[in-house]
Amino acid sequence: MAQLKSFVRPGLIIYLVVISGFLFLPRIVSTFNLILFQYGITFAIVALGFNLLLGYTGLLSFGHGAYFAAGAYGVAMTAKYFPDLFSLEILIPIALLISFLISAIFGFVCVRHTKIFFAILALALSMLLYALLFKFYHLTGGSDGLYVKIPMLFGHTFANMRRPQFLSGFYHYFLVGMFFAAYIVMKCIVNSPFGKALQAIRDNEVRAELIGIRVRRYRLYAFIISGMYSGLGGALWGFVNGHVTPDVSHWIFSGELVYMTLLGGFGVFAGPVVGALIFNFLKLYAMGSTEYWMFIIGATLIIIVLVLPGGVAGGLARLASRIKQPSDKGAA
Amino acid sequence: MWPIYILNGLYFAAFIFLISLGLNIILGVMGLLNLAHGSLYAIGAFMAAWTITRLAEGASIFILLPALLTGTALAALFGLFMEYFLIRPMYKRALEYQLLITFGALMLFEDVIKMIWGGEAIYASTPFVLLGRVNILGNPYPAYFLLVMLLALVVGVLIWLFMAKTRIGVMLRAISLDREMATAMGLKINRLGTFSFVLGAALAGFSGALVVPTTPALLGFGMEPLILAFIVVVMGGLGSLKGALIGSLVVGQTRSLGIAFFPEIELAVMFLIAAAILVAKPEGLFGR
Repeated sequence: MAQLKSFVRPGLIIYLVVISGFLFLPRIVSTFNLILFQYGITFAIVALGFNLLLGYTGLLSFGHGAYFAAGAYGVAMTAKYFPDLFSLEILIPIALLISFLISAIFGFVCVRHTKIFFAILALALSMLLYALLFKFYHLTGGSDGLYVKIPMLFGHTFANMRRPQFLSGFYHYFLVGMFFAAYIVMKCIVNSPFGKALQAIRDNEVRAELIGIRVRRYRLYAFIISGMYSGLGGALWGFVNGHVTPDVSHWIFSGELVYMTLLGGFGVFAGPVVGALIFNFLKLYAMGSTEYWMFIIGATLIIIVLVLPGGVAGGLARLASRIKQPSDKGAA
Repeated sequence: MWPIYILNGLYFAAFIFLISLGLNIILGVMGLLNLAHGSLYAIGAFMAAWTITRLAEGASIFILLPALLTGTALAALFGLFMEYFLIRPMYKRALEYQLLITFGALMLFEDVIKMIWGGEAIYASTPFVLLGRVNILGNPYPAYFLLVMLLALVVGVLIWLFMAKTRIGVMLRAISLDREMATAMGLKINRLGTFSFVLGAALAGFSGALVVPTTPALLGFGMEPLILAFIVVVMGGLGSLKGALIGSLVVGQTRSLGIAFFPEIELAVMFLIAAAILVAKPEGLFGR
C-alpha cells in the first residue's frame, strides 16, 4: 500500500485529466469505439463493487452476474410492464432496489461460508436466477431476452433519436457522471471505518471477531453493496446494449467479471476499472481477429495469473515505485 | 410410468455421480475446484464419439470398449498436462488464482475441442441403438441406460475399494484429512496430487465417453453437467464420496421427476433443495 501512495500522490491532476478525457471522448473517438468504451465503463462500475468483495473483504464470488442481471432485467421488465415509468430517474432506483433484494437473499445464504464453498454457492445461486430467467419465457422473454428502448429523463423524451445518437450525446455524460459518483462513493466506503473493518476481516477473521467486529454481518453488508454496484452497472449496460438476455446471469459471465478485476489488479483501488476497460477491447479485438477468441482470452488469463499476479495496475504501481526509488532496486 | 421416472432418475444420478466423483476427489485431495472439469468431460465425449464414428461399420456393441478407453485416456492426458503446466505452479498461491487458472483452462479447452473436432455436432448413437430396448413392467426402456447405471455402480465400488483398501488410497485420504500432518509424515504430496488430478480427469473423460452414445457431442457439452456436479458437491459436502453418491441420487431423481411434472422450474427446485440443505446444515450432508 505504501508503494501505491507514492504512485497516486499527484492524484488530483490525474483525476482531472481522466475526467476531462472521458467528457471529451465523443469528440475524439469514433462512435464505434465510444460505445465500446461505454460498455467498458458500465463493467467498470460492476468491477468497483466486485472488488469491495474480492480485494477488500477477501471473498471470491463466481456469481456476480446474477446481480448484474437483476439490474438489467429490472430495467427491461419495467419497460415491458410499466411503460409509464420508463424514465432514468425512476429506473436507476428500481434497478438498485431489485439488486438489493436479490443480493440480500442470496448473500444471506452465501456469507455463512468462505473460500471455495462461498464461490460455488454464489455460482449455484446465480445459475438459479439464470434458470428462472430462461424458463419463464412469457415473463422474461426466455433465451430471446427483452428489448430495452431509449429511456426518458424528467419528462424529457429522446424518442426521436437513434440509439448511437442518444449514446454519444446525453447518455455519455450521464454514464460518466454515474461512474464518477460510484467511484467516489466506493472510495469513501473503502476508507471509512466500515471499509477498514472489512479489511481486518480479510486479513485475520479470528482477530477481527475478537475485537468485536460482527464478521458475518459485515460480510453480508459488503456482499449487498457489491451486489448493488453490479445492479447499477447492469442497468446502465442495458441501455447501452439495448437488449438483455439470460446469459448475463450465467456463471461464464460472472467469470469474466472476475477476469476483469484480476486483469486490472485487485490490490489497487482503481485496478478493476482499468481491467474492465482493457478487457472489453481485448475481447472485441480477439473476437474480430480469430474464430478461436476464447483461446486467446484464456491464454491471456493464464499468462497474467502466472506472470503478473498484481494485474496491470499492480504492475504499473510497482514499476512507478521502482522508478521513484532506484535505491530499492539496488538493495534487492 | 412411475418405474420409468425412477429409472430415468437413477440414470441421471449414475452419470452425474461419475462426474462429481472426479470433481470431488480433486477437491478433497488438492483443495482445488476444477472449473475445467466439464471441459475434460467434453473431451472424453468427443474422443469417444470420434472413435465410434470411425469404427461404426458392421460393428457390435464392443466398439464401446475402445471408445471408453480412448475417451478416458485422452481426458487423463489433458488432465496430466493441465496439472503439470498450470496447477503445479499454483500450489502455494491464493485461492483466487487457482480458480482463475482453471477458468482460463476451461476457455482454452473449449477452443481446443473446436480446433480438433470442428464446430459441428458428432452423432455416435451406434452402441445405444445396438443394445435396443428391454421390457420393464410393460414399458420399453433403453438397455443402454441400464448399462450406464451398471458401469457407474462398478466404477463407484472400485473407487471405494481403492480409497479404503489400497496403500495409495489411504495416503490420498490422509492428505484430504490433514494436509500438513500428511506432509510431516513424509507423503509425497505433489506426486499424489498429480495422481489424484489425473484420476479425476480420467473419471470425467470416462463419464463423457459413456454418455455420448445417448446424446450428440456439441460445443459447450460439459457446461450443464458441470453445474449439476457443483450442486451435488455442495449438497453432499466437499470431498465426501458418500455425499457425492447421495447428492447425485437426489439431483437425479429431482431432475427426472422435474422433467415429468414441473419442467419449467426443474432446475430451480434443484437449487432450492440444495439451498435448503445448506441453510440447515452449512457444511453439506456429509461434509466435515
